[in-house]
Amino acid sequence: MQEAMINKAKQLLADGVVDRVIGWKRGEFAYDITPAVFTSAEELDESFVYDDFTAANVSKYLVKESRKDGKVLAFLKPCDTYSFNQLVKEHRVVRENVYIVGIPGGPKLDAEKIKAKGITGILSVKNENYTLKIETVYGEESMPFYEAVLDKCASCKSKKHVIYDELMGEEGDVLDSNRFDMVEKLENMTAQERYDFWREQLSKCIRCNACRNVCPACTCEKCVFDNPDSGIENKAPADSFEENMFHIIRAFHVAGRCTDCGECSRVCPQNIPLHLLNRKFIKDINAFYGEYQAGEDAVSRAPLNEYKQNDCEANIVHERGVE
Amino acid sequence: MLKISLDKLDKLFEAISATKTLYIPTDREDGAAEYRKYESGMKLSSALNTVRSAKDFFFPQTENLVDFKMDGKNIEVIDVREESEDFVIFGVRACDARSFTILDKVFLAEPVDSYYKNRRDHGTVVAMACTRPAETCFCGTFGIDAAAPEGDAACYSDGESLFIEAHNEKGQQFIDSIASLLKDGDTSKLEEVRAKTREILKKLPLAKLTTDNFGGDKLNEYFNSDKWGELSESCLGCGTCTFVCPTCQCYDIKDFNTGHGIKRFRCWDSCMYSDFTKMAHGNPRLTQLERFRQRFMHKLVYFPANNNGEFGCVGCGRCLAKCPISMNIVKVMKALEVK
Amino acid sequence: MNNDTLIPYIGVVTDIRQDTPDVKTFRVVSPEGGKVFEHMPGQCAMLSIPGVGEAMFSITSSPTNREFMEFSIKKCGCLTTWLHAMDVGQQITIRGPYGNAFPVETELKGKDLLFIAGGIGLAPLRSVINYVRDNRSNYGDVQVIYGSRSKDDLVDYQEIIDEWMNDDGIEVNLTIDNPQEGWDGHVGFVPNYVKELDPSINKTVLICGPPIMIKFTLAGLKELGFKETQVYTTMELRMKCGVGKCGRCNIGNKYVCKDGPVFRFDQLGELPDEY
Repeated sequence: MQEAMINKAKQLLADGVVDRVIGWKRGEFAYDITPAVFTSAEELDESFVYDDFTAANVSKYLVKESRKDGKVLAFLKPCDTYSFNQLVKEHRVVRENVYIVGIPGGPKLDAEKIKAKGITGILSVKNENYTLKIETVYGEESMPFYEAVLDKCASCKSKKHVIYDELMGEEGDVLDSNRFDMVEKLENMTAQERYDFWREQLSKCIRCNACRNVCPACTCEKCVFDNPDSGIENKAPADSFEENMFHIIRAFHVAGRCTDCGECSRVCPQNIPLHLLNRKFIKDINAFYGEYQAGEDAVSRAPLNEYKQNDCEANIVHERGVE
Repeated sequence: MLKISLDKLDKLFEAISATKTLYIPTDREDGAAEYRKYESGMKLSSALNTVRSAKDFFFPQTENLVDFKMDGKNIEVIDVREESEDFVIFGVRACDARSFTILDKVFLAEPVDSYYKNRRDHGTVVAMACTRPAETCFCGTFGIDAAAPEGDAACYSDGESLFIEAHNEKGQQFIDSIASLLKDGDTSKLEEVRAKTREILKKLPLAKLTTDNFGGDKLNEYFNSDKWGELSESCLGCGTCTFVCPTCQCYDIKDFNTGHGIKRFRCWDSCMYSDFTKMAHGNPRLTQLERFRQRFMHKLVYFPANNNGEFGCVGCGRCLAKCPISMNIVKVMKALEVK
Repeated sequence: MNNDTLIPYIGVVTDIRQDTPDVKTFRVVSPEGGKVFEHMPGQCAMLSIPGVGEAMFSITSSPTNREFMEFSIKKCGCLTTWLHAMDVGQQITIRGPYGNAFPVETELKGKDLLFIAGGIGLAPLRSVINYVRDNRSNYGDVQVIYGSRSKDDLVDYQEIIDEWMNDDGIEVNLTIDNPQEGWDGHVGFVPNYVKELDPSINKTVLICGPPIMIKFTLAGLKELGFKETQVYTTMELRMKCGVGKCGRCNIGNKYVCKDGPVFRFDQLGELPDEY
């Protein structure tokens, strides 16, 4: 796939369809891949990579990239296309400045899960019939592929691209995902158990803002948490509950817009399952307003942005209007 | 050298924690390791390192500096400092052990930071030699020997026993306090283990990385490098690298109105954040390029310029493992280096 | 435990003078009377209203003043707005002194001095000018070139005409940007005025003002034959600790709070262009 993508990119560059390419760049190890912009065939040959570790969603970079001169080629995985489409809907990207090539997605791998097996000194990782053969400075190791799959990929919602100019490989389907299993488990806890669960998880937060900064739904020019005039700006919690507030407020702010791309949990250095907060909102929106998948299309009205007289909750405005 | 059998670690921890607060790295439910206050039954993590570095013990993420009581036009200043309790941090890796000498150069320089010094005076660092370094390790680049860590005292495992030796008076006091559990042991197997570790260290992918071409004399050359744009282009501007880093020590000072008075607290800050240098009338670092450049220039050029060539990095590899976009000091050094 | 520089002293504001429409000068003494601490001209102090903010300000009064310290502060952000709204008798917190100082006892001694200031940029230089006036025999000729947007925006105008202009051996040249009723002095920007006045290149220059003014004035001085080693300025960047530890006011490896705020232009020239 990687070679075909490089060839595609070179061709689109040579034909003048695009003048740069956003993709992933090889790192020092098997897994430390960095999103990057490529402008020449030489750069692509030198370091463009697409493999089991290229999990990063590049959609958010297109907020800035699509506002530059010229056209950028973006290789988007199915999940990335939902993020991009949502950004189109919110007028945060300039659609006509992006040439989208849909590419097959994951499941992608999580290096942390390999390391958690005690495998270290990793020199290379190969997938041989869904067994990972890992060469290390301590010798050869192996583990089942599926045990190293990223959480976000293990509960994949769709293999379908919802926006593209061109597709590579076969198109997939929307999946019957198990993604609400853990949410249900949390719903079935007692309030105290659930409170304890989140307090324990959120107390690990080091307030690095990686979740917010990677989130394709968090594209405010200035975040309220960075604005000293907002009254809630804080770099560190003044008391032990403030960390919870940061994550809860953020979850509210992206509710109905979060496409469940899972980047927040993927990048969290403390392994906080932040995506569960967002999934709770998604599940509730589905239950209260009917099935809705943010990013599925770029035109429909989102349930939380729309007022209908038959909305699930008795609407104060409507009721007063009737009186 | 004095030693204790590895299966008696529980006894050792009980003995230490009987007189002082003890912190050890232990595994969390999610598999990651973190330092926790020792309680009976807690097991020492076998992980190479904790997610958060050991700097927290001397330079916590937030701390109260001073309180104020406001009464009309009058202000009362309340000194909230208290003498720290004595504590032991056990199992500090060689990289983190070195990080304290780097932090010392900032916080113990005149005027001495009394908050930091208070904890430094009362803390005993018991380091632990590495036997299974990871691919992300490059402490050797900064002249650190993972098989022979610094610290007040150091421990080495040969797979059967834990050997302990003191590096200074504080370390000796620590050993004296647990002397009844220790006996003299033969170190021949330990020497084999150490030799093997050093062989592994030489084989690590980053073993050849050197600081030869970095330092205070490269100020403008590296500042004006045309590589910064490309290196910083995908940086998210988050603070992960800064906050997992054992040597990053920039801080912010903020006030918090509790309703009963004002708490002035200090918290970690990150030069990667957009408001780091923002003033009422402008900001000298307007884009992520300048902020990104600051972090690496500080570690590779400014810090050595001000500290006799010592770099502001210990090669612990945390930023390599944790950066959301896998951009890090190693990639910066390799891209930037002018030979 | 020893005193920590991060724990501030209390200062009492005993006088507030409206200098210009957006600059006030605050007089600060310790609750017991007298100065909170001693300083040298060019040094700064951290002033704060707890709960509002803390920021670094240049100490505008001369160390030769034995009774009080003064700060000329422009209304600009959160804290300064609060300070402008307070009344006499208000307590504030104060810590310092921070930073180096103009080398009044070393390099500047015996020299002819040329002060060039724009707007609120006079504030840090006023400390030096009054120090020099009070130790007159230690220095040669003194010339002050000071400009502002308008007559009303000249900081310390009263002190300038009542005291400085009546001193022997001080030449004061004032200018405002645009003609104004009741102003018969010079009109024009500072950089051009400096060139017009064509000061002797034997003078040592101390300059402070908006970056754009400094940039053009420095270029003009160079045209006149001044060398960078003759020109001093004082810098301002965001600060939190004041002692070179919090890590945000650096220009290259120099911290403005500790190694500055006073720099000679040849020293600044060696540092990265990031200020």
